[in-house]
Order: sequence, then C-alpha cells, then structure tokens
Amino acid sequence: MEEQLRGLQEEAVMKAAAAQDLKELNDVRIAYLGKKGPVTEVLKGMGKLTAEERPKMGALVNVVREAITKAIETKQVSLESEAIQKQLAEESIDVTLPGRPVKLGGHHPLTRVTEEIEDLFIGMGYTVAEGPEVEQDYYNFEALNLPKGHPARDMQDTFYITPELLMRTHTSPVQVRTMLKHAGKGPVKIICPGKVYRRDSDDATHSHQFNQIEGLVVGENIRMSDLKGTLDAFAKKMFGTDREIRLRPSFFPFTEPSVEVDVSCMCGGKGCSICKGTGWIEVLGAGMVHPNVLEMAGFDSTVYSGFAFGMGQERIAMLKYGIDDIRHFYTNDLRFLQQFSVHE
Amino acid sequence: MFVSYKWLSQYVDIADQTPEELAEKITRAGIEVEGVEMPAAEMKGIVVGYVKTREQHPNADKLSKCLVDVGEEEPVQIICGAKNVDAGQYVAVARTGAVLPGNFKIKRAKLRGEESNGMICSLSELGIESRLNPKEYAEGIFNFPNDVTPGEDALAALNRDDAILELSLTPNRSDALSMIGVAYEVAAILGRDVKLPELNPVEADEQASDAIQIRIDAPEDNPVYVARVVKGVKIGPSPLWMQTLLMNAGVRPHNNVVDITNYVLMEYGQPLHAFDLDRLQTGEIVVRRAEEGEKFVTLDNAERTLSAEQLVITNGQEPIALAGVMGGANSEVTEQTVNVLIESAYFNSQIVRAASKAHGLRSEASARFEKGVDPARVQASCDRAAELMTELAGGTVLSGSVIAGEYAPEPKKVSITLDRLNTRLGTELQMGGVEDIFSRLKFTTETNGDEITVTVPTRRGDITIPEDLTEEVARLYGYDHIPLTLPEGESLPGGLSPYQLGRRVVRRYLEGAGFNQAVTYSLTSEKRAAQFSFEKRKPVALAMPMSEERAYLRESLLPHLVEAAAYNSARQMGSVALYETGSVYLNEGENVQPKEEERLAGIITGMWQEHLWQGEKKAADFFTVKGVIEGVVARLGLMDRLSFQKAAPEGFHPGRTASVLFDEQPIGVIGQLHPSFAKEVDLKEAYLFELKLDVLLNAARKDLAYVPIPRFPFISRDIALVVDRTVESASLEGIIKEAGGSLLTNVHVFDVYEGDRMEAGKKSVAFALTYVNLDKTLTDEEVTAVHEKVLAALKEKADADLRA
Ligand SMILES: [Zn+2]
Repeated sequence: MEEQLRGLQEEAVMKAAAAQDLKELNDVRIAYLGKKGPVTEVLKGMGKLTAEERPKMGALVNVVREAITKAIETKQVSLESEAIQKQLAEESIDVTLPGRPVKLGGHHPLTRVTEEIEDLFIGMGYTVAEGPEVEQDYYNFEALNLPKGHPARDMQDTFYITPELLMRTHTSPVQVRTMLKHAGKGPVKIICPGKVYRRDSDDATHSHQFNQIEGLVVGENIRMSDLKGTLDAFAKKMFGTDREIRLRPSFFPFTEPSVEVDVSCMCGGKGCSICKGTGWIEVLGAGMVHPNVLEMAGFDSTVYSGFAFGMGQERIAMLKYGIDDIRHFYTNDLRFLQQFSVHE
Repeated sequence: MFVSYKWLSQYVDIADQTPEELAEKITRAGIEVEGVEMPAAEMKGIVVGYVKTREQHPNADKLSKCLVDVGEEEPVQIICGAKNVDAGQYVAVARTGAVLPGNFKIKRAKLRGEESNGMICSLSELGIESRLNPKEYAEGIFNFPNDVTPGEDALAALNRDDAILELSLTPNRSDALSMIGVAYEVAAILGRDVKLPELNPVEADEQASDAIQIRIDAPEDNPVYVARVVKGVKIGPSPLWMQTLLMNAGVRPHNNVVDITNYVLMEYGQPLHAFDLDRLQTGEIVVRRAEEGEKFVTLDNAERTLSAEQLVITNGQEPIALAGVMGGANSEVTEQTVNVLIESAYFNSQIVRAASKAHGLRSEASARFEKGVDPARVQASCDRAAELMTELAGGTVLSGSVIAGEYAPEPKKVSITLDRLNTRLGTELQMGGVEDIFSRLKFTTETNGDEITVTVPTRRGDITIPEDLTEEVARLYGYDHIPLTLPEGESLPGGLSPYQLGRRVVRRYLEGAGFNQAVTYSLTSEKRAAQFSFEKRKPVALAMPMSEERAYLRESLLPHLVEAAAYNSARQMGSVALYETGSVYLNEGENVQPKEEERLAGIITGMWQEHLWQGEKKAADFFTVKGVIEGVVARLGLMDRLSFQKAAPEGFHPGRTASVLFDEQPIGVIGQLHPSFAKEVDLKEAYLFELKLDVLLNAARKDLAYVPIPRFPFISRDIALVVDRTVESASLEGIIKEAGGSLLTNVHVFDVYEGDRMEAGKKSVAFALTYVNLDKTLTDEEVTAVHEKVLAALKEKADADLRA
C-alpha cells in the first residue's frame, strides 16, 4: 500500500509537471486528488489495516496529497505566469505614436498681457474699473482739462459720431466716472483696461483700435515719488527685477507735472535694435493728476492729490514677445494665436 | 523745430557741450530731441573753387569743360553738367577722393574723352533738401558770393559743419519755437546767461506815422499791431551766413527783406510780414474781419474765398494779407520793391487757427500764432527786423513805430509753499534750492516765509498754477533725484468684481474646450454692422470715417469672427474654433450714448475631434456648439434657467438654428451659418453662437451651498417612446419631469431613432429616468406608481406610446 501511494505520488508529480496548460493541470488534479481519484481509493482500503498501521498510513496519505497539491500549485503559478506574459506581449503597443488630442485653446496675447497687468496691480490693492467705449465729449475731453478748441486735442485724432459723442481715445473717462462716483471722498485706487480708438491709418505700428490700461490713485497725500515707486515695482514685476525706470518730463493736459516713463532695455543699456541704441524703451505716460481734473470730478485739490499713468497692451506685448507688426493682433491667424496657448 | 547749434550759440554759451550732450540734457529736462543731424559728418573733401574758364565740351552738348582754381598752384579740369556753370563763379568743388552724402565717392573720371578731376556741387548734392534751396540754385550748381577764397572749406562756408537738433515740442512748450526760447531753456539747464541781440535801430528824421496810418476794427482778434517803415532798400540775396542758417532751420531763402522777416521769426518766435509800401497805395492799414464770400489772392497765387470767421489786413479798400497766415500777391515784396512796411502784430490764436484750417494753409507763422506768441516780443522783433534791413538791405528806418492798439499783459504771479512743493513731489528740497531753479529760468521770485511767489515772464504762457511751478522744479531738479516710495495711508483690498471674475471663468472654460480667443475690430462696414444681429437697430455711424470698411459700430461680434474663420480656412487651417468677448453697440437715438452690451460669440468649422492614425474624426455640428454653450452656462451654475427654441434668423440655416433663452427671455442665438452665405465667404459647414454675456454674468449665482449626498440607492427605469417626428424632446422631458415629481431626480435622452423600422412620420425617443428618495430606501411599488403616472401623462399630452 505504501508502495502504491509512493508510486501514485511520483506519477502525479510527473504528470503535473508535464501539463501544457491550466486545463491539463486541472485534469491532473481531478485524476489524482478528486473524489474518485486513486488516493481516495487508497483511503477507502484503509479499513483492512490494523489499528496500529492506520495512523501511519493516514499520515502517509496526507504527505502524498500535500506533495501532489504542491506540485500542481507550483505548476499552476508557472502556467498562469506564462499566460499573463503571453497576453502582455500580445497587448504591447507603440508608445511613441501620438496621443488622442485634447484641443488646446488659449488667451489672445492682448488678454494675456492685460490679465498679467491687472493681477499685478490687484496685488498692490487696486480694483479694476471699466466703462463705455462710446463716450461723451465731456468725459473723454472736457473733464480731463481739454476744453473744446484746446490745441492738445490734436494729439489724439478722434472718431466722432456726433459733435458730443465719440469713440473714446483713452480709458481716462473711466477714471473721471469713477472719481465722480466717489463724490469727493478718497482714496481711489483703480486700473482701467479697455479698447480705445484713434483716427489713424493701420500699418505695422499704428492701429485705429488698440488697448490701454490706465491707473489712478487719489488720496490725501499722494506724491510724485509714489508714482515713481509704483511704476518701478510694476516694471520689475512685468519685465524683470533687473529693470530700472527713468522719468522724462512731458506734457499731458490732464496731469501736471507730466512724465514719459522709460524702462531700461533688456540689452542692459548696451543699446540694441529694440531700444534704438539708447538703452531705454518708452513704455508709459504718467503724471500727477491736474488740479482742474480733480476739481471737475468733485475732489478738493487742496486736500487731495493723485497720480495717473497709462500704457498700451499692444506695445507691451510687442516688446515682451518680439511681435513686429501690430496688425497681427487683429488678424486672428491661428498660427499666431496658438503660440500664446502655452503657460509661461 | 530745427535748432542750429551754431545759431543757438549766439545766445547762450554752449561751447563746452557737444551737440549730443546738449541734446541729451534738453531731452531729460523736458523737450524731446528726436535727432541730431551733423551734415558734414558724412562728407569730406569739399572746397571752394573759382571757375577760371568754361568752354563747351568738345564731344557733348550738355557738358562744360571748366578749369577750376581750388587754391592749389595749378587749376584742375572738371567736367560739369549743370546749365548754370560759368567762368567767374565761386563754387563748391568735391575733389577727387571726396565723399558726398550717401557715401558717394568722387573718383577721377573720363567723361566723353575729357578728364574730370572732381565735381562741382549743387546744394542738394551737399545734403540740403531741394525744397530749401534758393530758387535760382535749385536746378543747378550753387554760387558763393564773392567773399570766399578758393581752397577754403566749403562745408564751413555753407554752415554744413553745423549740428541740427530736431526738437519735438509738446503743445504747452510753444515758448521753444524760437532760438531765443530754446536759449532760455538751455540756459536754465546749464545755469548760464542768455545774451539777447542789442537793439538800436538808426532812425531817419522822417516820421513813420507820416507814411502809414493803422486802424484795428477787430481788437478782440488783433489787440496790437506794430509797424515800422524802411525806405530805400535794395532787394538782393541775403548774406551767406543768413541763408545757410535759415536752411539749417528748415526755411528757404528768398531775398534779403523776406529772409530778414523769417530770420527774426525763427530768432524771436514772432511772425513778421513785409509789405511793399508803395503797392499798398493808400498809405493806410485797416485790420478787420473778412466779408462773407470776399475773394483774395494769396502770394502763392491761389484765389481764396474768405468768411467772416477770418481776419484780414487791408489797405482800407481790399485785403492785402490773411492775418497771421499768408500775405497777398498784391502787396508782396518783389525785386522792384524800394520801401517796405514791417508788420509785427499779436493775433488771437483762435482766429488764426480757423483761417489756417479753412484754407489748409499751415505756415511757420500760423503755427506760432495758433499756439500763442509772446506779446512782449512784438515791438522788439519789429525793431530787430528794421535794424537788419538797414544793415543788410541798405534801407533807412523811419522814425518811430506806428502802433495801433495796446497789449501788454502783466506777467503772472504764481505762489507755492515749500511744504506743498515737497509733499507733492516726495522730496526734501530747501528754499534756497528752489529759488536757484527759478533764477536759472530767469524768473524773479519773492520769498515770504515758507511761500515763494514767482513772477512768470510772458514768454512762458504755459505756467499759470502752482502745479506748473512744481513741474519746473521737478524737471530741473531732475526726476532721477526723486525717491521711490509707495502710497501711504489705509491699504485697500484689491480685486476683481464678481462680474470680472465670471468673465475670466468663461474665457478659461472655452479655452479649455479648445477655443482660441480672437479680438476683432469694433468698427465695420455698413453691410456688416447689423449682420447676424439678433437685436437689429439702425447701426451707429461715424461722422468722418477713414474708410467704408470702418464706418459703423458693430451690432454683433459674428461678422468679423466669420471673416477670421474664412481667413484661416483660406490658409489651410480647416479646423477653426474661435471665440471673442466684447462690446456691441446698439443705437439708442441721436446724441444718446449707444447701449453697450458685452457679448460672447464663437465660431467652429471643420473637425471638432480628430485622431488621425486611429481614424477617429468628428466634425463640428450643432450639438457641438450647443454642448459648449451648455458647458459655459453650467460652469456659471445657471443651467436650470437655460432653454432653447427653434428659430430661423437671417444668415443662419433655418432648420439648424435655435434661439437661446435665459429665464424664458432670448439672450442669444446658436446655429449653422447659412450654407449660401458660407459659400460666399468660402467656408465649409460652420456653426456660430452669440450670447449676451452681461446677462449671464450679472445673474451668476451667489448661493452655492452643500447638498448632502443621497444615502439611499436610486432606481433606474428606461423608456422608449414612439411619437410624431415633430415632437421635440424638450417637451417630452418637460412632461416627464412634471409628472415624475420630487422622486424623479434625473432624466435624459439616451437614444433617438428615425428610420425604416418606424412607422412613417414617427420616431422613437428613449429616456433614462432615475428615481430616488433622500430620506429612505424607495420600494419598487413606490417607483412603479410614479412611473405609471409619467407614462399616462406622456400618452395624454404627447400621444406617446411605449415602443414595442
Ligand atoms: Zn536695447
């Protein structure tokens, strides 16, 4: 009997090892360990054994069962592993093929610049004020110290609709409207982005429609040095911490004193084609709010003072991204627009 | 304004400043110098030559063979093509090896067999624009007067070794429209004195007032008129130094008398006019408004029709000059002129501007009157011109000036305290420093404690208020010396308004969905202004457009978006998805600001999804656009207030277009671009949308609050309904929702079938319904009861049967 069992074990282990697939292996399991299998048969014959032999034989049966089970399990692991290896090999793909595209849209570069500037000033405590693009002559000119017939009106060639209505030539009327809302009480701290219009022929550097962001701060003790500090902070954040600003006296009817603000060129002052060899790039117009403008907007100019500045997004985008023709902004060529879909 | 360095140095010591240094200092102090031109820098080897002989070139009709003394032992032979070359002339000679502007090198040459050792030059060959050349030399070579020596530097003799600073003046700085004005500015910058011309005209016994009477009938327009009479002048060319300085200042020389008036104009900034006294005939000058329709021939020989808004100088009978703008042909100085009347007047800027605008005549004179001249220089300029006419034209100045009117405004006094000055600038200036700045400007000051009172000369009409003084101090103190500070006082929280934030959210959503943002023009053509507009009005028109293409304000963003899509599609970019946010302008009546609405619009054409190597393609269609709009509205949390209704507005496909409703009110349109229109602009199937973004953003929710996640399972029931083809799914959905009540939490279409297996005129629409009770587990019986109600309602209201 013992011999018989040993023989079965040897046979089963051999067959299990020889199984080609899981089905064959399962057949081996059923054949040797099943209810009708030879090992069970051997157990049935135990009744003929003596009481002494029985436990010995019982133990042997268990050893044989375990050995066969172990052989089958080992084989099973190996067969399963083979199967999965085979499946994985079949499922293998070319990972270098292009992915399924998720369309990528993006901001227009002018919006990009506008939002960047907005966020920068929001961080300094400004709110964003907006207003109509078709304006009354009063808000666009008269309230800004530019009465009818003032020679400086020629500085801004205007699209009139009627003698009293026009396409705003700057976003300054938003400043006027905001100051009037404040009814003579400061502080006011706003930036005004938006489209503006001038009677210009479109070419590489001129556009009859363009964008501006103006800023206005009115308070009880606003100084020229505050304007300088604010614009210095702006230039460093917008163009880089190594940039400097330079103020040159200028003239705007709505500010006194008035200045043009240059930002040092990225060439580091050596001179290049962008700065035309000067080391400086003209970026902003600015000044202290003219007392007439404050008074017309309901502020007591002996108590309040303020500064204002303005810049053009097109110019800044052109400088920042090296765009050579202002008309690109309004052509909406996808080959142009798509370049601004990436985060920077 | 062109400023000659040499001329300027007559009034202020600038010997230690190179032209570039000077230009930089002037710019940094407030007047932008746009450029510094140094004509001699691009030329060399040009000397004075004396033409000893001239003979016809043996082989060429149009050439002359000249022997020219260039200051060397032997004269040189030069072949010259100018018609006016002749023996006995002093000329400018570019020697062999010389360089002319444009890097034009002169080489020894043989011209038709004759040797030529240089070139005799015209003024334009020496870099002086031909419009500035004296008329007699404009077409040929230039002749020096006889006071030059062969061999001397011709460029120096012609003042070509000058430096010319081009000033770009802002409207407030008309004081710098003269050499003396610029001298005051430079003197202030450098801290130096100004040397003014000394005026002592030698007068004859004869009284000017015996020769001329003056009357002003329009004192508002012309408060003062000063005249001097110079008799016995000899008309001829003015001296070379004057001609060349005038050319350097951008003025063309004519003759000595006219050149003198122009020279004084450039020197003092006071426009002068010289009349031929004898041609006046009446011995009288009357200044009056022109009569409506009065005719007058100006000295450019153009007949002008005048209006009562213009001022004329008359001889008591007819106009002899359009005041401040241009003289008349009838009184012009000619070669025969012997007696001259010099006019120096103060004309009101408005009246000159009106005339100059009406006739399209802008002159050096009108430009100055328009900006306002210094009344204090009216007399001095007249004296200066009279004196120069004695000196340079051999005339005799009659005794005294004839003056009509009076205009001697007191210099303004403006005060400011040191404290105010420092608090406005953020500086810590001392009174002494401030006084010093004003003394450099040649302003007199009076200090009283903390307050300084400045007497501003009339030449600086731009300074009227304390802030103007602040600016003078700041620019001369130097902006570089002002510190960097930030505003003090209460700090405000910055930020975007909910509306502005919402706009950014919408933009980002669309960009995430694959749209690129476009920015198009607000101005458009009449045809496009109201195209695709779903709220048509009479478009707002510009009064004076630059072109028909940009003459009206848009009522819709779509026309230019369609144009942009067509532009891209014509450049092999067939799949386009663009959106724009921007204003449209709706007419609200004459002289009323149009209603500006912020819109969101977009266009899609071509493939919406495309995966080439897997062969996956999905063309954009109506439901692509609809899905995008629903996405935008869902992002704003407003889906429950949105609906669509079939519509057929102009320009859209009548079967594939819907009106977009928000709270049952139309707020936009979505649909396919009408195929015939698409064909017109060479676009394939394209889908458009435009929404009132302002309505959506103003409605944006402020009530976001957490709703508990259902704890009990939901039960789904699918139904397939057979209905008439014309029944819209939204109406079925409405019936289901109403009948389903509070247990029905979701319903959506999952299949639509119209085809062979359906009865004609019918379609099948399948819905998935989800029931849930938030408070307890639903039983099958409860659901069945509600579901039966739903089916009954569908049968009753839409004749919908369950599909077998
Ligand atoms: Zn540079």
